[in-house]
Amino acid sequence: MPKPFTPKVVTANALLEGEVVYLTADDTWSPRLGDAELIDDEAHAQIRLLDAEMRADEVVGVYLADAAVSVQGPRPVHFRETFRATGPSNYRHGKQEEITAK
Amino acid sequence: MYRYTDFDAAFVRQRVAQFRAQVARRIDGSLTEDEFKPLRLMNGLYLQLHAYMLRVAIPYGTLTPAQMRQLAMIAERWDKGYGHFTTRQNVQFNWPKLQDVPDMLDALADVGMHAIQTSGNTIRNVTADHFAGAAADEIEDPRPVAELLRQWSTDHPEFQFLPRKFKIAVTGSPNDRAVTKAHDIGLRMVRDPAGAPGFEVIVGGGLGRTPMIGQVIRGFLPKADLLPYIEAIVAVYNLLGRRDNKYKARIKITVHETGLDKLRALVEAEFATRRALFDGVDQDWLAGIEAQFAPPALATKPLAPFDAAYRGDPVFRSWVNTNVDEHRAAGHAIVSISLKAHGATPGDATAAQMRVMADLAEAYGHDELRISHEQNVILPHVAKADLPAVHAQLKAAGLATANIGLISDIIACPGMDYCALATARSIPVAQDIATRFAALKLEHDIGPLKIKISGCINACGHHHVGHIGILGLDRAGVETYQITLGGDGTEDAVIGARTGPGFAYDQIVPAIERLVFAYLDLRATPDESFLDAYKRRGLAPFKAALYDIEARDAA
Ligand code: SF4
Repeated sequence: MPKPFTPKVVTANALLEGEVVYLTADDTWSPRLGDAELIDDEAHAQIRLLDAEMRADEVVGVYLADAAVSVQGPRPVHFRETFRATGPSNYRHGKQEEITAK
Repeated sequence: MYRYTDFDAAFVRQRVAQFRAQVARRIDGSLTEDEFKPLRLMNGLYLQLHAYMLRVAIPYGTLTPAQMRQLAMIAERWDKGYGHFTTRQNVQFNWPKLQDVPDMLDALADVGMHAIQTSGNTIRNVTADHFAGAAADEIEDPRPVAELLRQWSTDHPEFQFLPRKFKIAVTGSPNDRAVTKAHDIGLRMVRDPAGAPGFEVIVGGGLGRTPMIGQVIRGFLPKADLLPYIEAIVAVYNLLGRRDNKYKARIKITVHETGLDKLRALVEAEFATRRALFDGVDQDWLAGIEAQFAPPALATKPLAPFDAAYRGDPVFRSWVNTNVDEHRAAGHAIVSISLKAHGATPGDATAAQMRVMADLAEAYGHDELRISHEQNVILPHVAKADLPAVHAQLKAAGLATANIGLISDIIACPGMDYCALATARSIPVAQDIATRFAALKLEHDIGPLKIKISGCINACGHHHVGHIGILGLDRAGVETYQITLGGDGTEDAVIGARTGPGFAYDQIVPAIERLVFAYLDLRATPDESFLDAYKRRGLAPFKAALYDIEARDAA
């Protein structure tokens, strides 16, 4: 049996700010993982990755990251993606600013 | 202090102008990221986890107050109000925006600084003893030679595409504070039998995936032969070094695979050829640089204010005992300013703190600041009489933590809070260890103990040469910390030994605590340091302290 496909999100860094962003279903880039399109089909994931890679004037370093379903939308599977989604642990900077501002 | 010549200034400005145009072309879409990436890396601009990062060289760790103030200005204007000082005597800005970077580089050029060759397979920032020019044990100030190497290596056409990055460290003292044995080339100043200064040349040291202690390739190299000899080493490496496998590309592997004797023969042959091509211009040039590093005129001041403060103020006394070192001139001292306040991020300084340090260097320190590879700031020339005033002003700025060389003076790389290569976090581990031992109030009783933490196998946090080294790894999707013991970064350099299985994030601080309590039980006298106790007793009792409890808990 082939391994079940782990759902993915398309993620990258914004070209100008460097901020971590996620591709949404309506083709915008969101700074919030919860807004990302959760892709549960491998072929579709590859197509979305190609779509994103075409947008080289908006983002850098596009890749597919594993994600899981939750009520708030996609959530990270690996701790590295958790840190990318939440910002550094030592200062209220980057995404930490947004999280505390809320 | 070296002042840029017109040539230097024009060269750096030209690089900024080129990069400005490259950034514009990236933003307007005429350069792809694949085309742009090598260009930005040549100018010290990395893409990290949450943002870009600009790495600025602080050659041989020396800064003027004007340069420090400019770093503060840059931090406030284009970053988030702080800078991070690294183990390679660089400063990193963690939040620049791409379009601002050319302006940041211009602002650096205004004070004779740049980010050239802080990345890529080139000769990187040349590091030096942070006590250079002030240390009591020094033969000669190593910085003129480091500056000569900086100029020679910058844009050196032969060495822009080496098999891998190349790091050189220099010390002028027998007590090695520059970790020369963990560099691609380490230079230790020594004297020949006639008393003339020259260098012991060490090659093939390096930490990372395959840690190795450097070996002596030349016991004595006359000072005048330095450039042709270094050039010969790098040229031989450039041809022999492996380009097929990035993990085997550093010169330490070349030394290992070729054998030191064979490599030495190749280098000597190359040296003979190159030496003949040097017509002495480098020596004239060096003499000019040396003149610019003339030691400051140190006035004698009465010691009474120092003595009174030392007797009367226990906080001052404790700070002097840990953070102040002997200067070569009587009545003077070397002050280490700790960037390791308990619970703070190791190596970070706010813009306000940078300005305080710049002011102090101007008022009391002959306009000199140094960045140490241990991520602290040094005022190398302070009259003892001025120490009470310096201490008071540092205290007001949150910079008077008396912990240099103690358990909370931790080297920690940025780890997974910033670094894209990281496999685990290091900063919060350092913060938690420092906070824990501050709460226990045992720090001064424990005495000298160097903890060094890296967030991945690349070992930027020098964990292999920590008395206690901590390496953060990703083990099946879980942050796991491996401990090494007995490492030493001095002239007696040793790579630490692994204790065994790693510890989870929430178990690493208790594990370190067990180790330290084991040491307190084991030490022969209160004066026996952790490292000495480890050398005397070996790994076994420490291992037992680390794992027996685990075994008991599991049972
Ligand atoms: S040791 Fe690894 S995690 Fe730490 S700064 Fe170096 S590359 Fe990054």
